Amino acid sequence: MLTVHNLKAFYGDFQALFGIDFEVSHNEVVAVIGANGAGKSTFLRTVCGLLKAPRDAVRFEDEPIGGLAPGLIVRRGIAMVPEGRRLFSSLSVEENLLMGAYARRPGPWSLASVYKLFPILEQKRLVPSPTLSGGQQQMVAIGRALMSNPKLLICDEISLGLAPIVVKEIYDALPAICADGMTVIVVEQDVGVAQRVSSRLYCLQEGRVSLTGRSAELTRDQVSKAYFGV
Amino acid sequence: MTSAPQVSYSISRATHASRAGGAVAIALILLLATFPFWADSGWMRDFDEMACYLMFAMMWNLLAGYGGMVSIGQQAYLGLGGYGLLVMGNLWGFNPFFAVPVAALFAMLVALPVSRVAFRLQGGYFAIGTWVIAEVFRLSFANWSEVGGGSGTSLIALQGIPKATRQAATFWFSLVGAVASVALVYWFLRSRQGLAMLAIRDSEVASESQGVNVRATKLGVYLVAAFGAGLAGALYFLGNLRISPDAAFSVNWTAFTIFIVMIGGIGTIEGPIVGVVLFYLLNRFFSDYGTWYLVGLGLLAIVVTIKFPRGLWGYVAHRYDLHFFPVQRRLLLHEPPTK
Amino acid sequence: MLSWIDTLLQGVLLGGLYALFAMGQALIFGVMRLTNTAHGDFIILAAFAGFSLALSTGMTAAAAPWVAMALLLPIAFAAGYGLQRFVLNDTLGRDPLPSLVVTFGLAIVIQNVLQEVYSADPRSIESGGFDTASIALSNGLAVGTLPLLIFCIAVAMAVGMQWLFDRTPIGRAFRAVSDDKDAAELMGLDHRHVYALATGIAFLLVAVAGTLYGMKTTVAPTDGPALLLFAFEAVIIGGMGSFYGTLVGGIVLGVTQAIGFRFDPGWGIWFGHIVFLTMLVFRPSGLFAKTR
Repeated sequence: MLTVHNLKAFYGDFQALFGIDFEVSHNEVVAVIGANGAGKSTFLRTVCGLLKAPRDAVRFEDEPIGGLAPGLIVRRGIAMVPEGRRLFSSLSVEENLLMGAYARRPGPWSLASVYKLFPILEQKRLVPSPTLSGGQQQMVAIGRALMSNPKLLICDEISLGLAPIVVKEIYDALPAICADGMTVIVVEQDVGVAQRVSSRLYCLQEGRVSLTGRSAELTRDQVSKAYFGV
Repeated sequence: MTSAPQVSYSISRATHASRAGGAVAIALILLLATFPFWADSGWMRDFDEMACYLMFAMMWNLLAGYGGMVSIGQQAYLGLGGYGLLVMGNLWGFNPFFAVPVAALFAMLVALPVSRVAFRLQGGYFAIGTWVIAEVFRLSFANWSEVGGGSGTSLIALQGIPKATRQAATFWFSLVGAVASVALVYWFLRSRQGLAMLAIRDSEVASESQGVNVRATKLGVYLVAAFGAGLAGALYFLGNLRISPDAAFSVNWTAFTIFIVMIGGIGTIEGPIVGVVLFYLLNRFFSDYGTWYLVGLGLLAIVVTIKFPRGLWGYVAHRYDLHFFPVQRRLLLHEPPTK
Repeated sequence: MLSWIDTLLQGVLLGGLYALFAMGQALIFGVMRLTNTAHGDFIILAAFAGFSLALSTGMTAAAAPWVAMALLLPIAFAAGYGLQRFVLNDTLGRDPLPSLVVTFGLAIVIQNVLQEVYSADPRSIESGGFDTASIALSNGLAVGTLPLLIFCIAVAMAVGMQWLFDRTPIGRAFRAVSDDKDAAELMGLDHRHVYALATGIAFLLVAVAGTLYGMKTTVAPTDGPALLLFAFEAVIIGGMGSFYGTLVGGIVLGVTQAIGFRFDPGWGIWFGHIVFLTMLVFRPSGLFAKTR
């Protein structure tokens, strides 16, 4: 569904990605792991259009999307749950979700189905978003991304700043999200979580892919080596 | 682990241009100093006026371009300098020439309590807030009959002095003021406080974490700018001999200064100098066109800000790496002696 | 005693006018943190445009201003949208300087073009006696019909704008873009378009304010800066982020000035400035601050 070929990315003169090859197929859950500064967020930003990429380097459903504006990419069916949640602080829970529907495409996700996935949000729908707990805010962020009915959902470091039990609660919702054919890319620093929820995984290290394979088959040792580059 | 190689370094500031430029500048200043002996009094008056704009622009540039505080109310201190001179000269019988630096000092002292109010605001609202403060001063002086109220009054304290002497003295004072303001800004930027200010401009949070006292540095810059503006005001009305609230506290001072600094090049020392020269030339040739001239200035300011944000000088300096007033420090690494 | 009530009343009505001036500025600053130093000049421009339009419609003096205002609205929206989209959007960023300088340049251009076209003489929009009509209240008090109408329109604006912000999709978009522009882009918002819409709507408010102002009093090309300061003070006193706050801020300013005028005409505006500065020292976030 999404293929990335030889992707290089720069912040001014500084090169952050040195030729990434990546692919994810329909209804797969693929994880991208790596230490801070490995290039995970940069990779996501290029896929979502927040960072310039060469036209053909990123292809979605066989169409080149490199360099397109984020708004256009959302309309094609890629939605991102951004790192740090990035909820709209002066909007309530429901209003945040409605913002996600700004560029909505036809599909099963709506306020009703999001509330079914995360019932606590329906209870708090009129509450200003900054007053929610970290885990609840993460649910809103995921729900907001779902509201546009994407074909590909990208989750950037969902576990950041959350207690393990909350992380588990959120990732428990993943199968329900994938049930209708959703494809998911999960970016994580927590290797254990990443291996558990994904079928394949990529490890980035200093802007390059240092390891890739089926999550269930990779050993702890292989992953550590690739993660730290030792 | 091998030990780190010994590297010796020095910090250099001078550039070839600055050495050459320094010589030219000194020659120019000496030439200007001889003006009262042979130049037309119209030229001298023109120079006086442009020197005041230069001082005001230097200070505004210091505040906005280096300090990151964009103010539309600096004319408050210019007016305070002018009226300080008037009060000391007319009402208290001081020698007006002596009163000039004192008036500037007075403006600076007023800036201290004013800063407590103004610093409550940030960014664009700081700009307009300072304008409101300037208006308060304008209205206050307009209602003070002792200094002529709304229509203003003349500086009678200079009446006893022969015209040639007065003009010469005013001219020299303006020359000294202009040179001093440039020198002051140059010195300040090369100092530790100057480096701190540049750091604050780039990131307040980061510089605070490095131990920079943000509040004190910003206040220091604001006070220095007020002093310079007061000096410009006192000198201007010393030469003009007539003051009124509308002239002293007019926002046009800031409007023209913004033009001068943006077109000359903000954030550089050479910029306002280039800007003042350009402004003088434009004035000479086009001010007869009245409102259309002003429309032209406004449009030019808009275009320059959007298309050439570094201004004329900034563009040249960036393109050709030319710095007459080098403020940046460059690290020069010396080759370690071979064993 | 009665004259004090009269002063208070006049002050409140004046405050309505100031709130009218301030609404557009509150909107623009709230959405994109842009300080438009030409705001007052745009109001004056609208007043002069209303003046010319009213003359050209050839209608009776009683109807002409309202027709002029209606004609002005779409022009104002287009002008605001275009200005933001093609000029001001480029000036936005972390540094407040470019937007300040560009709008300052615009102010100078507007003032001088108006001066060229209309000369420095003050003009007024004829309204067939509407501007002098008044409604008598009890006890010898009277309120001018036009000031009363202006006040009511100001209230309606505040209610309308707050409703727009709180209950409509476009209002949500405004708030989202002002909270986090990049996250809004991820939702498919084009911030350049949203900003331009905001300025377009703000200019609608400016058009209404300008035409009413032109009916109420004579306007001169250089009147703009004073209106900018009043609008600014109303927004700050009321507190940023709330249109009701802006309404109240305007009223506070109007009443303050009216009291000041009572003591001495020369000190009226001065007193308003002083109260504003005092507010800034003791309650910088304003009376009803809502924004972060």
